[in-house]
Amino acid sequence: MQLDDLLERIKAAHDDHVPLRIRGAGSKDFYGGMLAGEVFDVAPYAGILAYEPTELYITARCGTRLAEIEAELAGKGQMLAFEPPHFGAATLGGCIAAGLSGPRRMAAGGVRDFVLGAKLIDGTGQVLDFGGQVMKNVAGYDVSRLLAGSLGTLGLIAEATLKVLPRPVAEQTLCFDFDAAESIAKLNEWGGRPLPISASFWFANCLYLRLSGAQAAVDAAIRALAQAGGKPIAAVDAAKHWISVREQTHPAFAAATLWRCALPSTAPLSSDDSLQAIEWGGALRWYADAPDGLRSEAAVSGGHAVLYRAAESKRCLDGAFAPLSPALLALHRRLKKSFDPKGILNPGRLYAEF
Amino acid sequence: MTLSDSVFTTDRAALATRLKMILPAHCLLTEDEDLRPYECDGLTAYRELPMAVCLPESEVQVIDVLRTCHQMGVPVVARGAGTGLSGGAMPHAQGVVLSMARFNKILQVDRSARTAVVQPGVRNLAVSEAAAPFGLYYAPDPSSQIACTLGGNVAENSGGVHCLKYGLTVHNVLRVRVVSIEGEVFEIGSAAPDAPGYDLLALIIGSEGMLGVVTEVTVKLVPKPELAQVVMASFDEVARAGDAVAAIIAAGIIPAGLEMMDKPATAAVEPYVKAGYDLDAAAILLCESDGTPEEVAEEISRVTAVLTAAGARDIRVSQSEAERLRFWAGRKAAFPAVGRITPDYYCMDGTIPRKRLAEMLAAIAAMESKYQLRCANVFHAGDGNLHPLIMYDAAKPGEWARAEAFGAEILELSVALGGSITGEHGVGIEKINQMCVQYSAPALDAFRRIKAAFDDKGLLNPGKAIPSLHRCAEYGCMHVHRGDLKFPELERF
Ligand SMILES: Cc1cc2nc3c(=O)[nH]c(=O)nc-3n(C[C@H](O)[C@H](O)[C@H](O)COP(=O)(O)OP(=O)(O)OC[C@H]3O[C@@H](n4cnc5c(N)ncnc54)[C@H](O)[C@@H]3O)c2cc1C
Ligand SMILES: Cc1cc2nc3c(=O)[nH]c(=O)nc-3n(C[C@H](O)[C@H](O)[C@H](O)COP(=O)(O)OP(=O)(O)OC[C@H]3O[C@@H](n4cnc5c(N)ncnc54)[C@H](O)[C@@H]3O)c2cc1C
Repeated sequence: MQLDDLLERIKAAHDDHVPLRIRGAGSKDFYGGMLAGEVFDVAPYAGILAYEPTELYITARCGTRLAEIEAELAGKGQMLAFEPPHFGAATLGGCIAAGLSGPRRMAAGGVRDFVLGAKLIDGTGQVLDFGGQVMKNVAGYDVSRLLAGSLGTLGLIAEATLKVLPRPVAEQTLCFDFDAAESIAKLNEWGGRPLPISASFWFANCLYLRLSGAQAAVDAAIRALAQAGGKPIAAVDAAKHWISVREQTHPAFAAATLWRCALPSTAPLSSDDSLQAIEWGGALRWYADAPDGLRSEAAVSGGHAVLYRAAESKRCLDGAFAPLSPALLALHRRLKKSFDPKGILNPGRLYAEF
Repeated sequence: MTLSDSVFTTDRAALATRLKMILPAHCLLTEDEDLRPYECDGLTAYRELPMAVCLPESEVQVIDVLRTCHQMGVPVVARGAGTGLSGGAMPHAQGVVLSMARFNKILQVDRSARTAVVQPGVRNLAVSEAAAPFGLYYAPDPSSQIACTLGGNVAENSGGVHCLKYGLTVHNVLRVRVVSIEGEVFEIGSAAPDAPGYDLLALIIGSEGMLGVVTEVTVKLVPKPELAQVVMASFDEVARAGDAVAAIIAAGIIPAGLEMMDKPATAAVEPYVKAGYDLDAAAILLCESDGTPEEVAEEISRVTAVLTAAGARDIRVSQSEAERLRFWAGRKAAFPAVGRITPDYYCMDGTIPRKRLAEMLAAIAAMESKYQLRCANVFHAGDGNLHPLIMYDAAKPGEWARAEAFGAEILELSVALGGSITGEHGVGIEKINQMCVQYSAPALDAFRRIKAAFDDKGLLNPGKAIPSLHRCAEYGCMHVHRGDLKFPELERF
């Protein structure tokens, strides 16, 4: 598949007013609002275009599988530091459009923090290049990062450049017998100390804490955390554990209806037994079949709740994402219109209104 | 440089009358002698007197000023400390300067959540000072941090020595409150790790005051490392120093700071600060490591090994905090030091892929003879962000014009080498023509549509950062993509 093929398809859809549903591997069909339009399969537009280990970037076409990118990086001792899930065949374009990150997000940053540049095809079929391949570029508005989490509503991400980082030399996971509230308190306390914490996960009264960095730093942290009752976990089990968290094959994610709450890490915990898991130093909390009012409770705490997984009818009825204020919604509409004047790209996938 | 792309006609008396109705007397300046201090920012080559300077003390006053200007069709330029180096805060002759200097309160420091809520007029360093009792600090540290404000940092997406490891402003701001030109208040981002909808935070940060006026910022604070130590290495060839930088990264090390100075820069600096720099070296590298004492010891020994293998002629490791600060003092004082040996200097700010460093420096040396001006180079080697300091004398006819052309050529070469015309100082008025070189016409058009989505009358900081189509055509650098040109029927220059 060539760039021109992508272009032509969008141009035609624009001319004929046909909505398109951009699809990478389709591993995310469960996520977001309604799925509308003709399926536009962009997975064949694949391949790594440039990888410069000493410049810390990789550029690839949107259909490139994350697995392929990560294998390439691993060969040079590097990684995608936001640890995106592969879930089978997930693609680079889908990863950026979905904007979700894995266990290392609290320590290293999310997808948006690693996007350096993007080649975008807007809703009229024009190719737009934003950002680039250098670490620092403040010329013009930062549209590449705006695309993270836009769910394909602003344009087709045809190619993208991501910043990469060296893999840590040493890694060790500890386990603590803490309940949810105690875990949140401890995570916030430890977060204020110079400890090399790279991931945290609470489930069923057990707090897993991953330490990554120089061997000396990890060893020193283990000694410092021994008093709190941290028990080391064998490396093989730890690796399996973090993959199950990243890929959401862990039992904590098994519920048919799953809510994702992003909150300030210190937000008080509502004593609700539908709480499934806590990630990201206390800032990401997962609920199953949440009680009414979860969304407003999250908003009061300064965060938001996403109906992450549910029957499509329920997602469309309640909205997968927390509603925007009228002023912000109007701004979103104007932005959407500026990239996709006829509203043909993934209509309704982010918000029913556009 | 005139702002031909942004023509406004403001009735000065009517404007003053309206502003007097909404601001107390001590918050409004309208006399020429009072306006003079605001005529430029850190880029003093470009000056303009505004019609009025507003110094609001509350968000309500900001809203009122913006509403008034929106109704009257008057341009507004927000201003922090005025340390910007690209003319971003240079006033508009027909407009108002909205100084946020009185928004100078730190509203909250939350030790447990590791966040601070501050007003935009708070100085960058003041945030770290307020967080210090908790063992925390604010990571982005522009060299101007004792003076520049958070509002300016947000508008410019400022970075500093630590940004290779700790990121730029965009990686360290969680939430901003913004007032639109229509006087509407937006909350963008939140204290949670993400927010619903588009990542507008990414759009606002680095938007150079063109999308809205920031009235409050929530920043992330990070734990202060227990120890920092710096390795100073000198090299006989600039290219070797560049290769050494790549070798450090290839070894899997991301230093807390990685800076380079060439011979003219060390020659200017050493007599001024007596940092102990090797004056015979073609270039020196400063590489900082931070973390726990164990971590630092491990990293320093690895860095030292890499630098030795890369052919450093001399390597020194700071043995005390005083010595570490002395090693840095020279780098930090590079600008004023160059200021002592030349009447004027022009500081550029391009980024390039690191591997093109030697090529760029050779090209700059050639430009020195072409333009008959000297140039010293200091840069953030870790992320390829160069700051060539072009020395000139404004009093000598033609020198400023040559310096300007010299700078433009460096920026255009940065783009040709795969980089950007600005790594941290912004486009402002200074690099607006080079935007036409870096971006294609459709991308520039997308920027203009984004601008219109926030500010349909184009009143916020007009003439800056995003060039008009007309301007690019005048500059002769119009990129035509696939023959896809807006208004193809119109004549071009
Ligand atoms: C049960 C399950 C749980 C998962 N949990 C997580 C999780 O918690 N976190 C996480 O990050 N991932 C999760 N994933 C993995 C998810 O697949 C990844 O986020 C992946 O990166 C999406 O890629 P994709 O190619 O499959 O995207 P798709 O599902 O094909 O598309 C996702 C979105 O991106 C848009 N899109 C795709 N390609 C482009 C493009 N080139 N340009 C513009 N828009 C595009 C689509 O229109 C759609 O809106 C999960 C997957 C499953 C099945
Ligand atoms: C000696 C020296 C060293 C420097 N070193 C660095 C460095 O290492 N790294 C770096 O990144 N920069 C550096 N700079 C540049 C400058 O300090 C930064 O760009 C800084 O962020 C500007 O902040 P300010 O408060 O002075 O903003 P100003 O110069 O007042 O304004 C800059 C821009 O921000 C806008 N603005 C200001 N406040 C607001 C607000 N509240 N809402 C919306 N827009 C607003 C203005 O309109 C303008 O476009 C240096 C400058 C000097 C003089």
